[in-house]
Amino acid sequence: MEENGKSITSSLLRSVSRFLRNCLFAMLSFGPMPNHIAFIMDGSRRYAKNRIVQQGTGHRVGFKVLTSTLQYCYEMGVKYVTVYAFSIDNFKREPAEVQSLMDLMKEKIDELLNRESIVSKYGIRINFWGNLNLLTEPVRLAAMKAMTATAKNTGPVLSICVAYTSTNEIMRAVEKAWEEKRKEIEQMDSAISVGDLERHLYTANCPDPDIVIRTSGETRLSNFLLWQSDYGHLQNRHPLWPEFCLRHLIWAILEFQRVYPYLQERRGWCKKEG
Amino acid sequence: MMEQSVTYANLDNTIELKRKKKKKKSLRRECLLPLSPLILSLLPLQTLNKPWYRHLANEFARTFGSPFHRIQSSMILKFILGLFWYLLHIVVSLVHIWSYVIQQLRCYIISSGLFAKYRNFSLSRLRYLAVVVDSQEAKHTAKIKQLLSWLSAIGVKHVALYDAEGVLKKSIDFGQTRLRDRSAGTCLDGDVNCVTSRNYEEMSIELLSFTDGKEGIAKAASFLCSDHLKNDSDGCGRTETLFTEANMTKALKAVGYYGPEPDLLLVYGLARCHLGFPPWRLRYTEIMHMGPLKSMKYSAIVKALYDFSKKYQNYGS
Repeated sequence: MEENGKSITSSLLRSVSRFLRNCLFAMLSFGPMPNHIAFIMDGSRRYAKNRIVQQGTGHRVGFKVLTSTLQYCYEMGVKYVTVYAFSIDNFKREPAEVQSLMDLMKEKIDELLNRESIVSKYGIRINFWGNLNLLTEPVRLAAMKAMTATAKNTGPVLSICVAYTSTNEIMRAVEKAWEEKRKEIEQMDSAISVGDLERHLYTANCPDPDIVIRTSGETRLSNFLLWQSDYGHLQNRHPLWPEFCLRHLIWAILEFQRVYPYLQERRGWCKKEG
Repeated sequence: MMEQSVTYANLDNTIELKRKKKKKKSLRRECLLPLSPLILSLLPLQTLNKPWYRHLANEFARTFGSPFHRIQSSMILKFILGLFWYLLHIVVSLVHIWSYVIQQLRCYIISSGLFAKYRNFSLSRLRYLAVVVDSQEAKHTAKIKQLLSWLSAIGVKHVALYDAEGVLKKSIDFGQTRLRDRSAGTCLDGDVNCVTSRNYEEMSIELLSFTDGKEGIAKAASFLCSDHLKNDSDGCGRTETLFTEANMTKALKAVGYYGPEPDLLLVYGLARCHLGFPPWRLRYTEIMHMGPLKSMKYSAIVKALYDFSKKYQNYGS
């Protein structure tokens, strides 16, 4: 009886909170809304260190924050979300830590493909960007499975950067452009253009990010979307990634809306020159 | 024949009647949707088809439905949403005003020399500094020169100045001959594709624009590929060791678009945005937003350099 009462109360609270959230998002959408937000999820290890818990706990809490942030983004109408989960530079960490991260990644990828997950709820299409050959085989297979299973989804797009760096992405694009234009280069002394490279980046079918948010107060991009973030609003939020919540996201959107006219004007110049 | 035409007429009428009934049913369904059965039971059936009721029901559905369909609703709803949106932005502006006041106070305290830490910090980690300037503000050459003299006074040795449209390359004149950074050809005045370097009060200055970024990488990629074709004497076409980051760096040097990676990037403009700074050089650069160039302050630069000196990078490990 008591349990029924508690579940009714909690579902009522959830409905009320969802209603209030919808009202807030309706207010926000009066101004320009970003189409693509990228997150550098920094600070999970520091979170665990500050709370004197195992490192894995920080990453697990970070995953929960990721799913709730994705939910808020998709409720707001943000079509593309990109997250920087694991850099090629992160392989320099202790092997035990890297292995535990790989195991966690596989577990969470499998969780995302469950029927009750956010992926099913919103019809999300998942992309994995990065040099997947550097991942352990179970993780690589799980990633390929997730991409295949969601390839036909028409909802929002979640791109997870794993074993990724922007310079590695650019070199991959150079290689693909070479394979495509090899004959032209041999026979007609043709050259590779900016457009050729952009067609072969992971973000070829995706608009450039409007906002790039890095948590934990760090001010660098750490080799993330360097080519694509020309006119993106770079924001560094002080909370660590596991502490990131709705109010930080709302604030990020409001800051973006303040500078939107300026960035649009600069982007317009770039398109004219291109 | 007459009987046939009457039959057809009857058929037409029947079809017409059925169509009208269907329309009424769908209208009733539309009106029934937003309201609960309890309220419906209180209303006479005739009310459900009245125009004022249909309008109210549509307003109700739009207001309490998903907020992310295009708002085509009444002016009142738009006004309320707009009012709350403006209120939210007033709060944001107030926070920014407060931050600005704190920043001005901090600048005043730094310029007064009250804290020794801002006078005695090490710049050993700062090997290369980059400054991104909004192209509209880059036209104020006096401000740019003042910024450079401040950086020189602080002890910065190498600076890269960037603006997307190449205004700095066209307008800045240090009264010295332009030096060429490429292996072949000459650099003409007004050639915005020329990477130029100058020495200014014992500080080397590099001028960059948007074309030094992505276009430079494309040219380096073309160089890499054509060089591979020339040296691929056995015709195997093996490329596993060709497309590496180290080779790209060499190719950038060969085509004259190479430069060191700045440790710190100061952004002067209305938003924290690197505006197309060469992507190959931005991997681990700390990016700090300094506000508009017209309100730049010496103490703000000191603060930025001091904060940089305290940064720690683990480079992913």
